[in-house]
Amino acid sequence: MRCSRAWLVALLFGLSLLLGQTATRASTINDAIAHFTADDFDETGAGISEVAASGSPRAAVILQALQNGQLMFSAERKAVYVQDDAGKLWDAVTGDAVGGDPPADLDTVNINNRLRSAIDAALGGLTLLSADPAKRLDAAEAVFKSRQASALPTLEAAFAKEQDGRIKYVLAQARAAIVLTSPDAATADKLAAVEIIRQRGDQDALALLLSLPDGTAVPVMRAANAAIAAIQQRLALWDAVQNAWYGLSLGSVLLLAAIGLAITFGVMGVINMAHGEMVMVGAYVTFLVQNAIRGYAPNLFDYSLAISVPSAFIAAGLIGILIERCIIRFLYGRPLETLLATWGLSLILQQAVRTIFGPNNREVGNPSFMSGAFDVGGITVTYNRLWIICFALAVFVALLGLLRFTRFGLEMRAVTQNRAMAASMGIRTSRIDALTFGLGSGIAGIAGVALSQIDNVSPNLGQGYIIDSFMVVVFGGVGNLWGTFVGAFVLGIANKFLEPYAGAVLGKIAILVLIILFIQKRPRGLFALKGRAVEA
Amino acid sequence: MSSSSKNSHRSNATISRRGLLVGASGLALGLPLAATVPARADETIKIGILHSLSGTMAISETTLKDVMLMLIDAQNKKGGLLGKKLEPVVVDPASNWPLFAEKARELISKDKVSVVFGCWTSVSRKSVLPVFKELDSILFYPVQFEGEEGERNVFYTGAAPNQQAIPAVDYLMSADGGLVKRWVLEGTDYVYPRTTNKILEAYLKQKGVVDADIMINYTPFGFSDWQTEVSKIKAFGSAGKKTAVVSTINGDANVPFYKELGNQGIKATDIPVVAFSVGEEELAGLDTKPLVGHLAAWNYFESIKTPANTAFIKEWHDFIGNPKRTTNDPMEAHYIGFNMWVKAVQKAGTTDPDKVISALPGTKQANLSGGVSEMLPNHYITKPVFIGEIRPDGQFNVVWKTKDLVPGAAWSPYLPGSKDLVADWVNLKCGNYNTVTKTCGGT
Repeated sequence: MRCSRAWLVALLFGLSLLLGQTATRASTINDAIAHFTADDFDETGAGISEVAASGSPRAAVILQALQNGQLMFSAERKAVYVQDDAGKLWDAVTGDAVGGDPPADLDTVNINNRLRSAIDAALGGLTLLSADPAKRLDAAEAVFKSRQASALPTLEAAFAKEQDGRIKYVLAQARAAIVLTSPDAATADKLAAVEIIRQRGDQDALALLLSLPDGTAVPVMRAANAAIAAIQQRLALWDAVQNAWYGLSLGSVLLLAAIGLAITFGVMGVINMAHGEMVMVGAYVTFLVQNAIRGYAPNLFDYSLAISVPSAFIAAGLIGILIERCIIRFLYGRPLETLLATWGLSLILQQAVRTIFGPNNREVGNPSFMSGAFDVGGITVTYNRLWIICFALAVFVALLGLLRFTRFGLEMRAVTQNRAMAASMGIRTSRIDALTFGLGSGIAGIAGVALSQIDNVSPNLGQGYIIDSFMVVVFGGVGNLWGTFVGAFVLGIANKFLEPYAGAVLGKIAILVLIILFIQKRPRGLFALKGRAVEA
Repeated sequence: MSSSSKNSHRSNATISRRGLLVGASGLALGLPLAATVPARADETIKIGILHSLSGTMAISETTLKDVMLMLIDAQNKKGGLLGKKLEPVVVDPASNWPLFAEKARELISKDKVSVVFGCWTSVSRKSVLPVFKELDSILFYPVQFEGEEGERNVFYTGAAPNQQAIPAVDYLMSADGGLVKRWVLEGTDYVYPRTTNKILEAYLKQKGVVDADIMINYTPFGFSDWQTEVSKIKAFGSAGKKTAVVSTINGDANVPFYKELGNQGIKATDIPVVAFSVGEEELAGLDTKPLVGHLAAWNYFESIKTPANTAFIKEWHDFIGNPKRTTNDPMEAHYIGFNMWVKAVQKAGTTDPDKVISALPGTKQANLSGGVSEMLPNHYITKPVFIGEIRPDGQFNVVWKTKDLVPGAAWSPYLPGSKDLVADWVNLKCGNYNTVTKTCGGT
């Protein structure tokens, strides 16, 4: 009898505790939420820590909404809401839909950078046990950055539960970060932590080791210093690789811009100062194609570049043929007049584009596969640059194939080597000239498509690349595709290795001086072509 | 001799007929001209607008020409000035600095404007200074700049370094700004960033920042390959101390810069970037989602909610016919400058430059953020300072502001060559008075 009553009392007591707990939890989170209605950064900061500590299952949702600018409040109604992407309001604490009209003074809860870091740290602690592995990885990284000691119990629990090796590794690093920055951890634990951080070996690890708190024990400091030296050495090596990568990407841009010029300059000896404007035409074609897609078929946006490439080739190629037929044809053998005429033409083209499209920059978007980056070893590889390198190589290989395996390529090479003989063989040299000029301009148009992804699309776009194109062609040797290839990459890598030491401006100047000196020794460039320029 | 007499004889005979023709046509043309030309000169007051409408600066300056047209139109609807209509005279100096001087001369000597609103880059302002001094006219300069100037003929409605750069650095050093200890000063290579960075470097050193914690980089106009520079910023920021970038990058080089920051994963919570030349207009063409949290320091943001600003934005959208066009700080500067000029002309009773120059100091004009700006004796104005964070929609969230308006200082107290100088055109009648040697004319 007494036993069962005792059990009943115990049950009731337990129930009341439980209810009391949820009640306090609910009231705790309601108190925490009230901070958000004050529209003050300090109050919002207090709200963030209280929401995180409340233990409510809604805490992560509320904090994520706050991070995304979707947490709204009404001072009048003293209520806080979460707004979803469609604009519908939901009660922040209960998650119920809000009926009726939205309050008149509905406003976003504002945050600044300090609060953003606090939210990142809090969310990291809250989502360590999330079902989504990507979220767990982000949470582990966030705790590593924030080093909040309060996240340690959750971290230990997550570490014990974790199956994924990669996430477990980062969790260990996060734990090591907390241990190193907490004053009362044992020295042995700290030494083990230093070792884990040293193995991580990236810039964040270096930053952590350089900012150890002042009271840290001497053996730990010594181990940290050794680790710092090791990491810095590793980073210096990877830095060189990174510079080489940047050089490759710059080289690929130079290659794309210069290869069309190499063809026209090589085959016809025509100095085409309007080459940069062909690049600009290609960039504007991309803009037009993207506009059309945005208007009529928005889901094709990721294919916009694939559509732009042939369009730009045709557009720029036709303009090139037009230029050759109308202007260049009459100026063969007169390089100074060609220079002047094409210079004037470049001004006309720039002003035409300015009149049609306006003088402001035009927005060309990046398709989704060209944004972001990934890490390989110790270097960061950005997707847009990777795609551009692949694209440049593909264009180069395609051109080589064109020259080597097609009839047109054969006729072009014949005209380059010996125009008179080629004419005697029955090749219509004037037609070849026009098509060659069109090909060179078309390639420049394709380059414009690629450049629109990394540079501003404006009427002045071409001006930034004309000098570089001539530099590459002169350095690499006129008319020879391999010369342009090697020249572009050598110049790109040299520029990028000079830039960290000399700065952007001096680096460029140094490259120009080096080219001038090189030309003194080898006036015809790296790979000189044996052939003669077009004679009148 | 004989031929000449024959000619003169012939011309004598024909002169009378020709003379009749000439006289008649002269009368026919001259009367209406005589009637209208002096009348037109009485009827309108001409206002010169000297902003680039083509070239690299067109992106920033075209909107200033448009806002001036709106302000002149609004004033005309109120009845004009001194009983006359205002007439805008627009010229295009095409981002060509020597052409700025030529066009300024044309505006003042040929078109006989009473005042010029114009210029953007400091080099364009420096080019036109000799023209304004020689021909004694008035220039209102609306853009934030490096100071170190106190000309009698120029009124600076844009921010001096102590109204933009110094407060921004103070904010970053505070708790809300992240307690920044390491600094990257990233600028475009010309006079404004070079001078501003000199001032900031001196200021930071005075605040106890060591040389090793300051990195200064310059890049040319239109620079687009930011990989190495951003990588350097990332490396500089991993020394364990909180790092921030103070950006005086100008023009469209900002677009690939911010894109590269986003691509290399540099978030505002890791390394915040505060820019002085990036406003709503420059953000209009960018995907701003990866940039949320990066900062800008200005004296006005379109997102500031005051009745005056709401009315101004509505008037702007009605005038320009495009609800997507943004407003920005230099536009507000022209708004303040134009209204101050109108008030000074009304006070002086004439548009004569000397009298207007004397009447301008002390003029007050309500700005669009709820305060009242005043024209100071050194020809700078008082302005509030706002720090804004970029929002996903390309507008700015104000995260900090000065309590009161800050008076603009012409000469920076942090540079050895200018710390003793003051500009005062009311009492001292000097733009670079040395307070130590008590002489006018600089150090």
